[in-house]
Amino acid sequence: MKVLYDLMAEYGMALDEDRLEDWVELFEEACDYRVVTRENVEQNLPNVLMWCDNKNMLRDRVESYRNVNLYNPHYDRHVIGPLRIAGEKANVWSFDASYSLFQTDLEGNTRIFSVGRYRVEARLAGDAAKLKSVMVIADTGTVPSLLATPI
Amino acid sequence: MEAKIDWPRNDYSRVPFRLHHDPALYELEMERIFRGPAWSFLCLEAEIPNPGDYRTTWVGDTPVIVSRDKEGAIHAFVNRCSHRGAMIVRNLRGNAERLVCLYHRWCYSSAGELTGLPFRKGLKGEGGMPADFDMRAVSPRKLKVENCSGMLFGTFQPERAEPLDKYLGEFGTGIIKRFLSKPIRILGYSRQRIAGNWKLYAENLRDTYHASLLHEFFVTYGVDRATQKGGVKMDARHRHNMNHAYAASDSQEDAKAAYADTAARLDRMQLRDKKLLEFKNEYPDGMNLAAPTFFPNGLLIQINNTIGARQIRPKGVDAHEVFQTLFAYADDDEAMVRHRLISANLVGPAGFVSMEDGEAIEVIQRATASAGDSSAVVEMGGRDPLRDLAHRVTETPIRGFWSYWAELMGMEPAGGIK
Repeated sequence: MKVLYDLMAEYGMALDEDRLEDWVELFEEACDYRVVTRENVEQNLPNVLMWCDNKNMLRDRVESYRNVNLYNPHYDRHVIGPLRIAGEKANVWSFDASYSLFQTDLEGNTRIFSVGRYRVEARLAGDAAKLKSVMVIADTGTVPSLLATPI
Repeated sequence: MEAKIDWPRNDYSRVPFRLHHDPALYELEMERIFRGPAWSFLCLEAEIPNPGDYRTTWVGDTPVIVSRDKEGAIHAFVNRCSHRGAMIVRNLRGNAERLVCLYHRWCYSSAGELTGLPFRKGLKGEGGMPADFDMRAVSPRKLKVENCSGMLFGTFQPERAEPLDKYLGEFGTGIIKRFLSKPIRILGYSRQRIAGNWKLYAENLRDTYHASLLHEFFVTYGVDRATQKGGVKMDARHRHNMNHAYAASDSQEDAKAAYADTAARLDRMQLRDKKLLEFKNEYPDGMNLAAPTFFPNGLLIQINNTIGARQIRPKGVDAHEVFQTLFAYADDDEAMVRHRLISANLVGPAGFVSMEDGEAIEVIQRATASAGDSSAVVEMGGRDPLRDLAHRVTETPIRGFWSYWAELMGMEPAGGIK
């Protein structure tokens, strides 16, 4: 499923190149983006670090980062592993992928910021795919410093 | 460096930067505050509802188990085997009749008593512990636990500590009851590791001056502005504090005049999805922001309809973890739980109105490592005696924190204010 691989490649690159607005455009309007931690998931607890239950909330987050919030200046680098495709239903493909997210400060010091897995649903329409839902399940439950730019 | 402080002033309006960097002071804080007579926040009672439930926590740098025995009584004791010092419980939580150390299988009751150990009497008459070995005498160190409306506090030195209700004061017991007026349901946890001394976080919680300046989201979208009705409230000893504000108690015009720099943004920026900031008033006092903080490590937090508790966990002189537990009320319907989780976008490590704290604290820690004998300036709101204020343009509660910190550390300046 090359189109799904391409989608996730652009997902990582858009974030790493600080094209947050392009990243938002990878989602469909009625989407769901959530960052949760494995600690909560394994205890069946619904807590979220971040939750946008539609595309407007994603737009609001990005606009707030651009104009309002202050956070540590950094570069992100996502390394996304192979997709494990679970199946398809009505053109919506479900898959998992592991990720590693490295963060580098302006003086070039790099740290592992977060590792975990994506649980994704993507809708296929012709040659294109849009994200219906992304649940980031972070093994890294202790957020180093703070979490601003999306995972 | 010797652990002695030359306070430039006895009103704590100057705070030497080295108090955030000196490893000897850090060791003394662990001994004199966290293992001393202060009452530390342990966890919420709702986290261990059933007999046999336990969970692990931290009091300063000491690992602690909080557990409920089969009669329902709550205990807390050091999570360290009496034998060779291994951590007894290694998971975050669970339910067990007895707790067993992995190394040599020494067994502990829910009350933290050593109750058995393998081969105590030897094997076939050989080996074993001496006949006079007293299990009781070596049981792990216990904390005295008190329950204030469902918020559990513990102290290592009950003989020196004030009774908890006196320690918290009417202010503390009243506000805890307000948050925990009915049964709660835990929604989950978040953790944030900040590369700064733990006291920078404690100061941050008492610094109402920064809230609407550092966290521009507050002002831009009108969640919390210094122009709102609100203030700081402290206990009689000024060691605890509550920053608070009342919803919709200012006008857009007031705010524009006060925040000239961001005024232009107030009209221009609007959230596309306004449910993020929806506030359903559920308390008679009408506060939409309440952040009561309890010396040394506890905090309750309400921002709109997200409610929770936080614990500060020192991790060496230059780092700490902020452990946050969000909850709902047990009688909330599904829509209300969802609303609280959406509101949770405001708080925590990724919170719209909290993420900046991590950065502010880290840049202080980084820049002050080389600050030598110089001090922070804490004069906003004046140098007057410590008292409650009906405004938030102040840092007075920070001075209160240092006053009590210095008392417990035995390092008060001559004539230090209280």
